[in-house]
Amino acid sequence: MTDTTKKPEELLKLDYTPPKKGWMETPVDFKKGTYCYSAPQKHQEYLGLPYPRQWQPFDADWKLPENWKQIILEGMNDRLKKYRSFRLYMDICVRCGACADKCHFFIGTGDPKNMPVLRAELLRSVYRKYFTLGGKLFGKVGGARELTEDVLKEWYYYFYQCTECRRCSVFCPYGIDTCEITMMARDLLSLVGCNVGWVIEPASNCFRTGNHLGVPPHAFKDTLDFAIDEVEDLTGVKVEASVNRKGAELLFITPSADYFASPHWYTFLGYLMLFHEIGLDYTWSAYASEGGNFGLFHSAEMMKRLNAKMYAEAKRLGVKWILGGECGHMWRVVHQYMNTINGPADFLEEPVSPITGTKFENAKATKMVHICEFTADLIKNNKLKLDPSRNDHWKMTFHDSCNPARAMGLFEEPRYIIKNVCNNFYEMPENTIKEYTFCCGSGAGLGSDENLEMRLRGGLPRANAVKYVKEKHGVNLLTCICAIDRAVLPTLLQYWVPGVEVSGLHELVGNALVMKGEKERTTDMRGTPRKQEAK
Amino acid sequence: MALKTLLTQNKNSILQRWFNLIADTYPTGVSDFLKDNDRFTNPVGHTISQEINSLYDELLQDRVDSDKAAASLDNIIKIRAVQDFSPQEAISFVFLLKKAITDELGSELEKKQSFGEWLEFEPGIDKLASIAFDKYMESREKICELRVNEVRADREIAFRLLRLMGGKNGKHGEAVE
Ligand code: SF4
Ligand code: SF4
Repeated sequence: MTDTTKKPEELLKLDYTPPKKGWMETPVDFKKGTYCYSAPQKHQEYLGLPYPRQWQPFDADWKLPENWKQIILEGMNDRLKKYRSFRLYMDICVRCGACADKCHFFIGTGDPKNMPVLRAELLRSVYRKYFTLGGKLFGKVGGARELTEDVLKEWYYYFYQCTECRRCSVFCPYGIDTCEITMMARDLLSLVGCNVGWVIEPASNCFRTGNHLGVPPHAFKDTLDFAIDEVEDLTGVKVEASVNRKGAELLFITPSADYFASPHWYTFLGYLMLFHEIGLDYTWSAYASEGGNFGLFHSAEMMKRLNAKMYAEAKRLGVKWILGGECGHMWRVVHQYMNTINGPADFLEEPVSPITGTKFENAKATKMVHICEFTADLIKNNKLKLDPSRNDHWKMTFHDSCNPARAMGLFEEPRYIIKNVCNNFYEMPENTIKEYTFCCGSGAGLGSDENLEMRLRGGLPRANAVKYVKEKHGVNLLTCICAIDRAVLPTLLQYWVPGVEVSGLHELVGNALVMKGEKERTTDMRGTPRKQEAK
Repeated sequence: MALKTLLTQNKNSILQRWFNLIADTYPTGVSDFLKDNDRFTNPVGHTISQEINSLYDELLQDRVDSDKAAASLDNIIKIRAVQDFSPQEAISFVFLLKKAITDELGSELEKKQSFGEWLEFEPGIDKLASIAFDKYMESREKICELRVNEVRADREIAFRLLRLMGGKNGKHGEAVE
């Protein structure tokens, strides 16, 4: 019998190192929890998208149209001609690497293909192969590669692993915006019927009923009435709010989640209380009942279609200008694209606050004012009576949502409001806020439950900074001005930083707002008892 | 106590090795990034380096404080439980400490006396691995729970909408004919 007992030195030489993976050679593995399901056929059909069909990313056969390669290459050719920025971004990257470690998905996954430079390279390599002489001549050596089905699958995986947050672009010395490259790639994928459900379904609902959730006009009205009753229970004040009222001075548009999801609901109540208190002549619309624009996450064409209805409704109702609620990407669309895709909105007036007389010159072109600018101006002009101690049970921090921060530069207004409605405010570290803010990791159509593991990876850098202020200052609330943030951050924080809740900013305004004729408030809007004075 | 002295004297180099071995479980080219120790721009690398330090100190105590070790392991495991690792890959970083120690101390350990001590010391690492397994399961269960909660919240919205649109709901909120 052989002695199998290991000698001491053998025992010490066991190799515990797991086998290494070579990422370049590995085709995409659609592992559960790390990708989004495709769009249901009926919604693709509703929007008139090409090649609608039932398929899923994990299927071996994606049922692509026979000439899919030709469609993509022709689509690429068209877009290279149409968008100068696209060609520029394809050509000018010097691979300096400044953007490489700036993406929250790279930081959270450790997957090199999530380095913005490599993400772009997934598309750029195909561009080189078919649209540059060097690529045609030198192939792989020149960084060029064939467009194959595996490459297409890789695009789907990684371009739906970019939240179009634009953090990387802040660091690029050439101003390359990887988000725009992602937008092009998604647009190309859609040409062969490869779309994500979480983008297409809301877009289709919005197209049909005016909002992502598919809430029809009478249900919208019922919800509003319900909110009005809830404000009355809380404050004893019966607020008024009209729907589709022609001749109102302003039209107010906010994401549908604000009136249908939690914790958004309290922000919705906050808007109602604020507008009542200042006697604003405004109306809601049951048709333009959505601030969000999931078209942005699909294609320029879809974005234009959805954005147009807000302005069409403003025109129909004959309002002077539009006030917009706490949404993230709505503001990117309005601020960066609206004027060129659907403008000029010359049937509207240059926005002037009816309460303070302040002219919002920054909104001269779009005729649309951000609620934070509006409220900050009210506070600055002493138009509101505020009792910040009503938020004393919160120790809060503020998350700069990517779009208002990087697409609009809206840094100070929300902070000014916070400082007037709360007593305990703690900033997260410098390199994680304002233009350097870390994305929630679930934006741009990635917020579905099937994609949760990927979202948790992408949300790690944000949550990690929240954890720091929680440990250092006892922070128990993260406030933000984006409906997607409010939808997804509660889940992410429950995983990474349990004990920190999420709110919108106008929830805190509503709590602090002292209303004429109100009864004594014993709780905040959530029903949480107010912090008692120390005896 | 020759082994503990050795482990204490060589703490930095062993930790460095352990860290590098863990970093190597990530795709090629990423380990350099993980070494950057900025707490906010590199939470993965920072958490690993902080927590393996605490775990190492714990192992050098006469009795390992399970709660302390569990907290450190939790911080690392929470990350690896959502990353692209199989369960055994997620946990195996604990065993990499054995490799780090043997690689670093090499022949020193093979001396009779140290080897006896090593046999006493090693189960401490195995203990950490079993706690790591519990933590891994906790993380995965939490993820399941969160996913269910999200689906449930979506369903509630759908039912509320249905009610508002005049559809009927059954006792548990389900749509009825
Ligand atoms: S920072 Fe700009 S130029 Fe440098 S690698 Fe990234 S995209 Fe290319
Ligand atoms: S836009 Fe954001 S998500 Fe996309 S590559 Fe850049 S940093 Fe990453």
